[in-house]
Amino acid sequence: MATAHANMLSNGRGMMSDAATGKTSADAAVPASRSAADSLAAAARGERVATETHLALAAEEAAVEIDDFCLWYGASQALYDVSMVIPRGKVTALIGPSGCGKSTLLRSVNRLNDLVEGVRISGDMKLSGASIYDSSIDVIELRKRMGMVFQKPNPFPMSIYENVVYPLRIDGERDRRVLDEVCERSLRGAALWDEAKDRLTTSALGLSGGQQQRLCIARAIAADPEVLLMDEPCSALDPIATGRIEDLIEELKGEYTILIVTHNMQQASRTSDFTAFMYLGSLIEYGGTYEMFSRPHLKATEAYVSGRFG
Amino acid sequence: MSAAASNGGRGRRGNRPSRTIRAYGEPMLWLTGGGLATALLMIVGLLALVVYQGTGTFWPTAVVKYELETGNSVMGEVARQERFQPAASVFEALPEDQRGRALSSVASQGGYSLRRMLRTGNFELTGEHFKWVSDFEIKAETLPDWALVFERRRQGRFYGEPLAFLVGGSAVAETPEDVWKKIRDTEGEVRARWKERRGLETDDIGAVNLRLEEARLRQHGAEVAYGLGSPQAAIAAAAFAEVESVATAEFDGIRARIQALDEQNASFQILVRTAAGQSIKLALADIVRVYPANRLGLAGKVAVYLSRWAEFVSDEPREANSEGGVFPAIFGTVVMTLLMSLLVTPFGVLAALYLREYARGGVVVSTVRIAINNLAGVPSIVFGVFGLGFFCYIIGANVDQLFYASKLPTPTFGTGGILWAALTLALLTLPVVIVATEEALAAVPGSMREGSYACGASKWQTIRRIVLPRAMPGIMTGMILAIARGAGEVAPLMLVGAVKLAPNLPLDSTAPYFHAERSFMHLGFHIYDLGFQSQNSEAAKPMVFTTTLLLIAIIATLNLTAVWLRGRLRRRFMTSQF
Ligand SMILES: Nc1ncnc2c1ncn2[C@@H]1O[C@H](COP(=O)(O)OP(=O)(O)OP(=O)(O)O)[C@@H](O)[C@H]1O
Ligand SMILES: [Mg+2]
Repeated sequence: MATAHANMLSNGRGMMSDAATGKTSADAAVPASRSAADSLAAAARGERVATETHLALAAEEAAVEIDDFCLWYGASQALYDVSMVIPRGKVTALIGPSGCGKSTLLRSVNRLNDLVEGVRISGDMKLSGASIYDSSIDVIELRKRMGMVFQKPNPFPMSIYENVVYPLRIDGERDRRVLDEVCERSLRGAALWDEAKDRLTTSALGLSGGQQQRLCIARAIAADPEVLLMDEPCSALDPIATGRIEDLIEELKGEYTILIVTHNMQQASRTSDFTAFMYLGSLIEYGGTYEMFSRPHLKATEAYVSGRFG
Repeated sequence: MSAAASNGGRGRRGNRPSRTIRAYGEPMLWLTGGGLATALLMIVGLLALVVYQGTGTFWPTAVVKYELETGNSVMGEVARQERFQPAASVFEALPEDQRGRALSSVASQGGYSLRRMLRTGNFELTGEHFKWVSDFEIKAETLPDWALVFERRRQGRFYGEPLAFLVGGSAVAETPEDVWKKIRDTEGEVRARWKERRGLETDDIGAVNLRLEEARLRQHGAEVAYGLGSPQAAIAAAAFAEVESVATAEFDGIRARIQALDEQNASFQILVRTAAGQSIKLALADIVRVYPANRLGLAGKVAVYLSRWAEFVSDEPREANSEGGVFPAIFGTVVMTLLMSLLVTPFGVLAALYLREYARGGVVVSTVRIAINNLAGVPSIVFGVFGLGFFCYIIGANVDQLFYASKLPTPTFGTGGILWAALTLALLTLPVVIVATEEALAAVPGSMREGSYACGASKWQTIRRIVLPRAMPGIMTGMILAIARGAGEVAPLMLVGAVKLAPNLPLDSTAPYFHAERSFMHLGFHIYDLGFQSQNSEAAKPMVFTTTLLLIAIIATLNLTAVWLRGRLRRRFMTSQF
């Protein structure tokens, strides 16, 4: 589906920086007037913090729209009025200090937080225009339209082959040819085919950590989802495996809408088209990656991306 | 650190010599280690006792002949011996001329004497199986070269020296060597005929009986359904009469064949002289095993030993269970245990799945969980009473009313049987399975479940494809514990179906092959029966240990099989993470 809606702009690495830089002149009019202390202190007080959203995003077609989304774990609120648009066919990075709600936001997109007891939400999210949180929505069908990669690799206790085709298996797909084809395509897509093709029937738990993570990516893209959610996919990996996964994201870009959480500023700047900075449950600033890293509007963002706090 | 300064730069603790008694002999170390050692010692001691006593039972010992001061002779195997202090009345009972010698021999040993329990056999002659023989009674002790030990189908063992081998009443061999050779030559064919006879008696007659019984039931059923004088009943009665006449003819045929075999076998006899000097004819067909105890080399002894073990595990019991084999009990134990595992595992797993995966935590679930845990501590006899009251008397009686009405008032399911026993034990072991399964389910990482949900799997798909396979080794652990607990349980079984002697195995070649209503023999109950209900308690005692050894071995085998299975599952699902 994502391929059908191939993004309307260009398709490739250079495109995003063009889009981001194209708007800089317009954005430059907005001065980085608020000090770092201002917005962060407001967020710390639990006040509503207006998100600084760059104009570059206005031109993008939305794959996922998030409107005034709040989330509570029991009595404690983890997300405060988050509103953002995740552009179709682009890579959007979520950055922010630990515990600021990045994973929570990501897990809200495919309603994985439903599984946590005592979670309450307000606001709404839309996937391609249809509400995600509508009571009539079939959560299982919804999740089938998204793929998710977790912070820690979580292969299932079965063979590599069965791991990859799991999303098809639960849909009742039996045709061996279809399964074989999907398995190969996904493993190639996750850059694991060469390493795994001779041991498809062996247990996935025998793979190395990096291979397991790539296997999880293969699994996430096996059912051809519209949106790919990645929660710190490289945090458990060595630089080489990280590099491969970054290359992979680079390749998948355009075909899939990708939302990725990362703690690694270089990774965010290398791989993403847009970057969102969160703090204590609020979305502080959101814009093109190049802008966010070179000329952020807020001092807080500048401080965070340059490593001066957080 | 102020202490360090006053100690010339060294820390307070660093100042101590590093090897102190306390460092090595730490009290808690000794206490905990001692506790473990005691526990191990008790377990090892128990096993060692059972193994020592159990393995020795079948070893053939020498046959000793004692000439007594009274002029009598006794012969047999020494079962055990002990030192004792003879009471004065013992000597007073002796005749005048022996009393002096007996007193002086005892006095020379400080008032003590050695006595041995001699297995003298020959029950039909002496009315006893064992006899105490004290040192001071003995005039002479010999090991008769040709003393034969006969293990018989009836009346227990017989000890004697061979005089002649008789065929049709006339002697064909007169020296012990020739008699022994003749026995070896003919015992095979005689035993084959005896087996054939037993087959006729049980299988063939049983088959005819079964047909007759079915016809009778049909007639009875017709009478019940249509009334006594109805035409249908008359037809059924005629059919029964026909079957009966055929059956009678068949019975006659089988009986004739049995008689022919008996007559052929009856011509082979052995003339034996007992220690007391009596000459007795023993029918060769009555003898299970015979060997010249004092002429056996090591190989011969091992052969007798192994053949006794083989008989023990593969044959049916004789002589009120104190001799022969325990095959029906082994079979009953294994079948009942497997049936119990098959029943308890699905129920336990389903219950645990509900508790762990579906139920929302709360007071009710906690209460249920506590109740289940406490159920594990309920005395097993309580489950037996419940099984008898509920399964046999309520469910079983209703099943009989519905499906076996024509057999009433004889109960079919309305009494103890292997199905009810397995169900009762399944109930008994249910808590173990539930608790183990719950733990296994809880140990499945949440990340795996989330991964599955994120792929769009439903709850049940996640449970079936991810959680259950991953929890399987833990579930197997529960099953292993259940087997260990259930296979050794005796008390409830006595109420719901274990019997001293079961006429038939629960699994056989007549339809429907598995007879869930049949009572069965069980090794645990067999042990109890041997130890406390046996007439010939001296002979039964070593069998108690042997049977115990066997029971332990069977439970260990069942467990090891399950452990091996679990190991295979583990290897499949739990390779190292990185
Ligand atoms: N299951 C939960 N129950 C209660 N509180 C939770 C739960 N999960 C997260 N939280 C809280 O919600 C807040 C946001 O957590 P979240 O996991 O989204 O942070 P994060 O930005 O992903 O952090 P990190 O970078 O360390 O992964 C934290 O304060 C956390 O303590
Ligand atoms: Mg996180």
